[in-house]
Amino acid sequence: MRTIEGKIVVLGSQGVGKTSMVVRYIGKMFSHHISPTIGASFFTCKINIDETRVKLQVWDTAGQERFRSMAPMYYRNANAALLVFDITQYHTFTAIKNWVKELQRNVEEPMVLALVGNKTDLVNQRKVLREEAHQYAVSIGGTYFETSALQDEGIEEVFLNSAIGMIKLSEDSQCTSLRVYDSSDTSSPTAILQPPPPLTSAVQLDKGPTQGEQERVLACC
Amino acid sequence: MATTKTDEDVDFKGENDEGKHPEGNLLNFEPEVPVESMLVPTDNFDSFEQEAPPDPSNLKVDSNLAECQNNDNNTVDDDKLDPDTSGASRSISELSLASEESTDHHGEEEVTNNEEWRSQEKHVFILSSAGKPIYSRHGSEDKLVTLFGVMQALVSFIGDDGDVIRSIHTQGTLFVFLIKGPIMLACVCKTRESVAQITVQLNYVYSQIVSVLTLQQLTRIYEQRRNYDLRRLLAGAERLIDHMLIALETQPALLLGAVQCLPLVPTTRDAITNIIVSSCNKIKNLVFAILVGGNQLVTLIRMKKFFLHPADLHLILNLVNSSESFKAAESWTPICLPKFDPKGFLHAHVSYLAEDCEACLLLLTVDADLFFPLSEAKQKIVEKLRRASLLQSINSALAHPGTPVSQLGVPEARHFLYKCKATAQFWGPVPAPPYQTAEGAKRLLDQYRILHHRLHAPMQPLKLLYLQDHAETMLGWVTTGFELYVAFEPLVTKTNAINAVNKILRWIKKDENGLFITNAPTF
Repeated sequence: MRTIEGKIVVLGSQGVGKTSMVVRYIGKMFSHHISPTIGASFFTCKINIDETRVKLQVWDTAGQERFRSMAPMYYRNANAALLVFDITQYHTFTAIKNWVKELQRNVEEPMVLALVGNKTDLVNQRKVLREEAHQYAVSIGGTYFETSALQDEGIEEVFLNSAIGMIKLSEDSQCTSLRVYDSSDTSSPTAILQPPPPLTSAVQLDKGPTQGEQERVLACC
Repeated sequence: MATTKTDEDVDFKGENDEGKHPEGNLLNFEPEVPVESMLVPTDNFDSFEQEAPPDPSNLKVDSNLAECQNNDNNTVDDDKLDPDTSGASRSISELSLASEESTDHHGEEEVTNNEEWRSQEKHVFILSSAGKPIYSRHGSEDKLVTLFGVMQALVSFIGDDGDVIRSIHTQGTLFVFLIKGPIMLACVCKTRESVAQITVQLNYVYSQIVSVLTLQQLTRIYEQRRNYDLRRLLAGAERLIDHMLIALETQPALLLGAVQCLPLVPTTRDAITNIIVSSCNKIKNLVFAILVGGNQLVTLIRMKKFFLHPADLHLILNLVNSSESFKAAESWTPICLPKFDPKGFLHAHVSYLAEDCEACLLLLTVDADLFFPLSEAKQKIVEKLRRASLLQSINSALAHPGTPVSQLGVPEARHFLYKCKATAQFWGPVPAPPYQTAEGAKRLLDQYRILHHRLHAPMQPLKLLYLQDHAETMLGWVTTGFELYVAFEPLVTKTNAINAVNKILRWIKKDENGLFITNAPTF
């Protein structure tokens, strides 16, 4: 089975729900008492799309201003970015534009960009219009999503889109930071824990199984 | 071999104050002094006194961070930091700027007239040398702009003559100031703490700020913009300061400048340590591996040549205790340890051992690219610990309610704290009546503070102090190897007190290897 390993970074202002989103997707739960992320948290998950398995290394970064200068460490060599804002706080949408500029300046390889307007459960307090966000997403070559981590709406699509985007990237020979290999084994859980043999010389990331790891199987895409 | 002690061993002069120091007779009770300690053995006060005057030359010492880095591509800039003269050169008239910015005077009166706010025992304020509010322990700092203006005025008025304001004493209230380069800290308290003790506390708070920003960043910000609103950068770190202040009010560890170890059978602790060492020793640039649980140290392994200062370890414990988010996933976070190197960040791989083990492992490195090797090493550590049933050992030690003083067979003693000076570690029994309530625990800690202050008074330090009052009798004793603070029932006789002290020391000596980490493992 063809396996792709890619890095996805979650960026956005403090309190927009980055961790809630990731925890909702990977841990399948929501907590009202999520404490602020310190530095960045690391999760892994797998998505099976047709005959391809996509392993995602998710870097959920802290939104606090003091960690801003650390961001390059987390987005370096990323293949996809989730740019999360809160639809009820316009300034969190504005902040995304700075993130995009920074990524464009510092990340050389093509990236899958997903712009995510979170907290649709508070739609009556909406400050960012869907149309405006959509237009902006198109202008940066990304896709716009609206989600509610609280009500578990739209989150699967965000990660699925990123995974599909990575498969497309992997077909592009210019992309060297994605790790692509064939594994004969399909779904045996013991095989998952074995570190796969590196095939490309550009590989830098060495991956071990981690706490948040979970297998996701999708019927189709 | 411990000899039997009689009354003559400790001969009190009959005064409540000072006694003859019987050190010669008590060498048997001195703790086993390790050749090297993993923690820097230091007296809290000394170490902080040294840095009381903001001396920019301190910053030019060789960087520890750079030293433990094999390749110096990433070393922090060695920018020269200008001595901060801004605070001193400002006159009061300039100040009006700061107070004019206040738009909410009405709100301010609301806060400062508020009975609850006024009745707080201890206030801590942080402001920039330009008078900008940074932090207030109680009440929103936004609503206290005038008050911050007054504090800034006091500091700069005294500073005009080249002096430094340290404290103001009024009946029942003490004002303590600490000026640290571009920021000032002030404490207003109605507690019975001394200026030296409050200064140490303010130093801890300052260290907490440096720990999240680095001194480099803090200094540079104010060089570029004297009027900078630091709250932008500290957003989210207020909880760390709050938590630190609560710890300062409630935990003896910070008063003693020592840490408490999780009691473990020595062979168990060694086995844990060996597993961590064997899983990490191939990783270059790993400076410290620290395992903590329940606010106690399980083990600490360090790179040769480098030591951890207890104050830095307290910052680490504070970070772990106030960050629930570490429980959810592996984290990779920058942390500056001011005593280790105030100029730059270390990178910390932080994770709890397992869902069924609430001990937190921190792997600190100077190499920002080490996350994955460290993540793998952590995985190995957990597997090996689990295979050797050591996770269970840690769990049962964490679940142990602690030893009550009654198990020691010294009925006269209600509570005590024993600090091993050479290892900067301490131990005390779980509080029993009358100290098991929050109120009782607070009174006990207040009593320890008084003892501690008198014993370490800069002008006239004491070796032995015996204080009797209506609620309890307190005894404090400082030798070259240990410090002992004991609370007795109020009517204890001196003879019984001394016998009890000897029993306590004998008990500690017997269990020394389980209560304290006496070796200093390295990678």
